[in-house]
Amino acid sequence: MELFEKKGKDGKKNKPQSRRDFIRSVMRGVFLAVFGIFSGAVLLGRRCSRAGGADNGRACTGCPDLSKCKLGYDSLARPVSKRRTVWQLDPAKCIQCGRCATNCVLESSAVKCVHRFEMCGYCKLCFGFFQPGAGSLTSAAENQLCPTGAIRRRFVDEPYYEYTIDESLCIGCGKCVKTCGAFGNGSLVLQVRHDRCVNCNECSIARNCPAGAYSRVPADQPYLIKSALKVS
Amino acid sequence: MRILAVIFCLVMSTLTVFGENRFPRPQFEKGYSMPETAVPVPRSALLESLDVAVLVLALSLAAWLVLRKRSRRGVFLLTIFSLIYFGFWRKGCICSIGAIQNVTLWLVDNQYALPLSAAAFFVLPLVFALMFGRVFCAAVCPLGTLQDAMVLFPVKVPSPVARALSLVPYIYLGLGVLFTATGAAFVICRLDPFVPLFRMSGELPILMTGVVLLLLGIFVARPYCRFLCPFSVLLNWMSRFSKWHATITPDECVKCRLCEKACPFDAILVPNAGQVSEPRVTGSRRLVLLLVLLPFLVIGGGWAGSRLDVVFARENATVRLADTIRLQDQSALNELAFERETFEGSGKKIEELYKQAGILRSRFRTGGWIFGGFTGMVFGFFLIGGSVKRTREFYEPDRGACLSCARCFMSCPKERQRNKIITN
Repeated sequence: MELFEKKGKDGKKNKPQSRRDFIRSVMRGVFLAVFGIFSGAVLLGRRCSRAGGADNGRACTGCPDLSKCKLGYDSLARPVSKRRTVWQLDPAKCIQCGRCATNCVLESSAVKCVHRFEMCGYCKLCFGFFQPGAGSLTSAAENQLCPTGAIRRRFVDEPYYEYTIDESLCIGCGKCVKTCGAFGNGSLVLQVRHDRCVNCNECSIARNCPAGAYSRVPADQPYLIKSALKVS
Repeated sequence: MRILAVIFCLVMSTLTVFGENRFPRPQFEKGYSMPETAVPVPRSALLESLDVAVLVLALSLAAWLVLRKRSRRGVFLLTIFSLIYFGFWRKGCICSIGAIQNVTLWLVDNQYALPLSAAAFFVLPLVFALMFGRVFCAAVCPLGTLQDAMVLFPVKVPSPVARALSLVPYIYLGLGVLFTATGAAFVICRLDPFVPLFRMSGELPILMTGVVLLLLGIFVARPYCRFLCPFSVLLNWMSRFSKWHATITPDECVKCRLCEKACPFDAILVPNAGQVSEPRVTGSRRLVLLLVLLPFLVIGGGWAGSRLDVVFARENATVRLADTIRLQDQSALNELAFERETFEGSGKKIEELYKQAGILRSRFRTGGWIFGGFTGMVFGFFLIGGSVKRTREFYEPDRGACLSCARCFMSCPKERQRNKIITN
């Protein structure tokens, strides 16, 4: 300000003050314009879309292949109000390392084992339920693989048993998922349960997932289970 | 039984198909109804829009309370509401501070869809700061309001210390943007000290940091807001150009000095008319010198920042894995056993991984240049700001640092007169 002092003294007493106000209002205008452009780009900007969609198959700049899009190019072409995302893990990439159980910010992880009944073989010797080398096929604690006893076994019809997950006990360690996938039908999978998940800005498990199985998925298709499960 | 299991495993391992119908679904004779797999839905879009609506309302109310009503009690009540709603009810997520990273990611990543709430939480507090000053900090930000409740015995931080510490948010902002833009992590969210308190669970070191900051906040008012918060940098800039701003006195300042100790954040500027004693030419020379120095600071900072690429790049999971495999560091290899398992399972060649890590590292180098240059520039302007002396006639809030908390209002005798607490 001292550099301009002479100029100010020539004019009226309050002139330096008004110059400062002028600079202030110009800068305010510039920033408001920036925020206006930002809001416009967010609200109106559409990035990718399926052929025949809003922008007729236009890919995002730098996106080599629409089919490899991380989020699903459809959701990027949506209006902003429908562009909500939640975190989910892809069972096809999951290696059941056990970090889901320990890396969630919640005391009891939001990731739980989910049973797809239509894929289950209802085996008497369930590899997800029994310890390898279990002494007998009863639901005694020492025979169970689940560290918290969260899998319930119920007799249906000789020799078939139904297995259900008690999510209040499940810690999402994925031990049963691993063995069921390796030796059974793979009807048990890990999934982020959205009634528990607080949808952190950056998922703490996603950051630590060794398989890169986590991604943001559209909130209206919040599960990545192969079978045709629909959200009610 | 054990033998049976082993034989079974051997038989199964010969099957090449993964999962899928090794055991066909039984046809039950009796009427058996298969339970349905529950799929709980996420929070509804309506509630998310409600968050944005509450944000707009809270900001408007805060602006009205500070600028029009001039009511500290009103601001305090709004503070409590915001703490409960944005803090303990919404668990502090999404917050404006973290939204910086969403916006950064949106700018650099074409495949990232910026959610409406993140965009609104980023831009609305800035627009309000541009109009009314930092009313967001005063009564809306859950992190700020939590600390505000702890301001009990504020002490004055020695001003050189406070000035030096006020550089930290710039560096934090720079690092936050750098790590987001290079795809390493959302460090600002990860190191958020108060969100674990809102959630009542989280990583212990961060939880402890939050507790320590809160206890420190009894004496050093709002330590996170003043000396750490990366969003405070942007709000500070906007507030300097604000159209309206809270004033200490509703009338003309009578220079009674009663407000001098009213601000727990040391954001009141004291009149200095007639105290600037150095000759004008000395000041001008120093300013020219500093302006000449500025480009060197930017380039020097950029160079130093680009040298840190090795350190920074280690934050990225791919680079970390590539480095560990190349160096064959046994303990680190054990730590990354699952990452290696995934990589080996993917069938990619090791050269591919090295190449990918190389690309990422060069991004960190470029990012390091920008981050370092930014830091150098901030330091340059910090020096210039410290050397330019403006003449002030009256007591006024420091527009950048003032949090518009309305604490100083009642210290002004003119305000007391206005409220008919004192007559004459």
